[in-house]
Amino acid sequence: MAHDTYTYDVLIIGAGGAGLRAAIEAANAGVSVGLICKSLLGKAHTVMAEGGMAAALSHNDDRDNWKVHFADTMRGGQYVNNWRMAEIHAKEAPDRVRELEAWGAVFDRTPDGRINQRNFGGHRYPRLAHVGDRTGLELIRTLQDHTIHLGVTVHMEHTVVDLVLDGGRAAGALAYDRQSGRFHAFAAKAIILATGGIGRAYSVTSNSWEGTGDGHALAYRVGAELIDMEFVQFHPTGMVWPPSVKGILVTEGVRGEGGILKNSDGRRFMFDDIPDNYKPQTASDAEEGWRYTQGDKSARRPPELLTRDHVARCINREVKAGRGSPHGGVFLDIAWIKEKLPNAAEHIKRKLPSMYHQFMQLANLDITKEPMEVGPTTHYVMGGVRVDADSQMSTVPGLFAAGECASGINGANRLGGNSLSDLIVFGKRAGEYAAEYARKNPAARVSDEALARVERTALEPFERGASGENPYMVQKDLQQVMQALVGIVRQESEMREAVQTLQQLKARAARAGVSGGRDYHAGWHTALDLRNLLTVSEAIALSAIERRESRGGHFREDYPDKAAEFSTINMMVKEGAGGMQVTRVPIPPIPDELTQVIEEQKS
Amino acid sequence: MSAATFKIWRTLPGGDGTFQTFHTEVADGMVVLDVVHKVQAEQAPDLAVRWNCKAGKCGSCSAEINGTPRLMCMTRMDELNLWEPVTVEPMRAFPPIKDLVTDVSWNFRVKKGITKFTPRTPDAPDGTWRMAQRDVDRVQEFRKCIECFLCQDVCHVLRDHGKFDEFIGPRFFVYTANLEMNPLDTADRVPELKHDKGIGYCNITKCCTTVCPEHIHITDNAIIPLKERVVSRYYDPITRLLRVFTS
Repeated sequence: MAHDTYTYDVLIIGAGGAGLRAAIEAANAGVSVGLICKSLLGKAHTVMAEGGMAAALSHNDDRDNWKVHFADTMRGGQYVNNWRMAEIHAKEAPDRVRELEAWGAVFDRTPDGRINQRNFGGHRYPRLAHVGDRTGLELIRTLQDHTIHLGVTVHMEHTVVDLVLDGGRAAGALAYDRQSGRFHAFAAKAIILATGGIGRAYSVTSNSWEGTGDGHALAYRVGAELIDMEFVQFHPTGMVWPPSVKGILVTEGVRGEGGILKNSDGRRFMFDDIPDNYKPQTASDAEEGWRYTQGDKSARRPPELLTRDHVARCINREVKAGRGSPHGGVFLDIAWIKEKLPNAAEHIKRKLPSMYHQFMQLANLDITKEPMEVGPTTHYVMGGVRVDADSQMSTVPGLFAAGECASGINGANRLGGNSLSDLIVFGKRAGEYAAEYARKNPAARVSDEALARVERTALEPFERGASGENPYMVQKDLQQVMQALVGIVRQESEMREAVQTLQQLKARAARAGVSGGRDYHAGWHTALDLRNLLTVSEAIALSAIERRESRGGHFREDYPDKAAEFSTINMMVKEGAGGMQVTRVPIPPIPDELTQVIEEQKS
Repeated sequence: MSAATFKIWRTLPGGDGTFQTFHTEVADGMVVLDVVHKVQAEQAPDLAVRWNCKAGKCGSCSAEINGTPRLMCMTRMDELNLWEPVTVEPMRAFPPIKDLVTDVSWNFRVKKGITKFTPRTPDAPDGTWRMAQRDVDRVQEFRKCIECFLCQDVCHVLRDHGKFDEFIGPRFFVYTANLEMNPLDTADRVPELKHDKGIGYCNITKCCTTVCPEHIHITDNAIIPLKERVVSRYYDPITRLLRVFTS
């Protein structure tokens, strides 16, 4: 089978924030770069990020610096983070944000003309550089518009089916062109995965259709290790009504600007449950919380801005206790600030334009007048490809990963705003080290037999034809299993049941069939996505069973507390002889100076 | 649930197309993209539709609904008259690929040809710049653009006159305005606007502004100010006279 073959020094799979930032760095290093994106350029899921990117620029509060950011990130991650990644991230994020401005990004400004920063959950000081509530669009457009002048070859609407190795080293990939359905081979000296998340494994998610865990699964199938897969972040505030928009994100920025959560009794329930380690930094009453959101440096943050895992569980509890809103969420009220501010409606529209627009258009609701109904939605996976903190190289030589599909920086729970900064900090590093790897290593050989094997597998759904399983139905059933049995609140028996069901779904996916031509065939694409979704779902469920404690995004009803034996390990998933293997890997001891930084910030 | 009839454009082998009729049920709060997905999952698995975020943020699902260019994800069913069939067809200004998907690659090529952002040397003590919010407000309006290309689709210079080689379309006037009005930028794009980008073709019918899902004032805030710059550079009699003496 002959394929058009594209050869690059560095091949990047994924063109969101991490992939584009990696492309810029690799191109600047003087190597040839190919960039594959599943959608059109500039449409990746990064575009949906709203609140901002966290960087200790200390523009709005000069007490902020990398140490505070580092300590916040570690506390948010419940100390199972890769401390070296958290350190690099906190130190390098400010430069990465500043350089965006040199590439044309136009952030909101402080009164003295610098980049403005806003409050966000788990961040001690105002730290999120932002553009209203469309920061992700600003990031992706800035990187996109910069990249197109650097000689990077972009392959739009291409999906990678599998990676190919050469003697254990990453060598290439086979992809199909969505538009024509034709296959293309790619050969590269180094490959960077920047494919984002796994949200589409759940029925309620803020993720676009692209979040099918491609990078996780591609890496897994060539023998790379995944860690922390049990840690899935359920964002506390997704839309709950109307049904067709269920899961769409409502930015944390609403709470950062003074929005409060209430149950059906009108009670501000977040004040009822404040974890001990956050008590010293949390407001004691509503008035203090309001002052914090308005920039009063002597005030402490309102409990709505506690970490996402905690807020999501509190909302879940209110709903289960029968104190929810009519459509199964709770109330998020920003309209109330009219008691405090003249021109509140204008202020809300200016600070949260997309939210205003989104609710007006999709739910017929004016957020400047009425409270929103919100509930948890699957938002982000902390787990991903295990990488070296400095270089972002996986355990497979020549295979790198950056952004959401890599793991380590976030530990058990990611702080809002740390994702966009993660993309640019580690996207840059992946690009830099992949280019270096490409310069130091000879071209790898991409075997025709391996490519042919991948192609045969990819075409199987057509052989089975329309009498095979409907791929959309398998996907829907998979999402329901994960939502119901491996969701926000977990227990062993349910997760065992999920693992059993996943085996049945695997068998059904192997029977999925489609008919018709190969050009732009969504049913075929869905059939191929199933393989990746099943792999990440199994990894999440198996890791979650093994972590017999509750920590961050992983909450177990049968083990509701943290356990010391799990505080020093990560769960690692790898393909073994008998299928997926889960083992515990120890977290390397943290250096004394970083421990000291954490201790200093605990007061 | 209420019944609805959809007429969705399908490509036929050989490249022509026709409307195919689907009968389906519509639930509370559904948008057109939901219905298209429902049809895809239940009746036509190979129906081609481009989409991503389903939240009006990525600009992928552009189509013509009952003849009007719109985002499928932001068009609620309850604003359409369901007594009549709802027609959904691809953007007509661009070459068809399949069903509702069109080839929009021309737009990506056009963008590459516009002089890139060229900031002045940083002049604040910390090696960056200072910009006031009021000075970036107008640029931020342009940067809201989600590149759905609906403005390109509706523009008669492209749609009816096919001036793809001489005219960059509303989207890229907005893009150029964003660069020209960025307080840090030092490049001069007025000559290219006049000579290569065809700004003179626009006769400000404002169709682009009408269809913009981000409500950008494309004509008033981007195109007209750019036209004014071209006019004052090339057609203002006093400036021309001055140029005679100074050159």
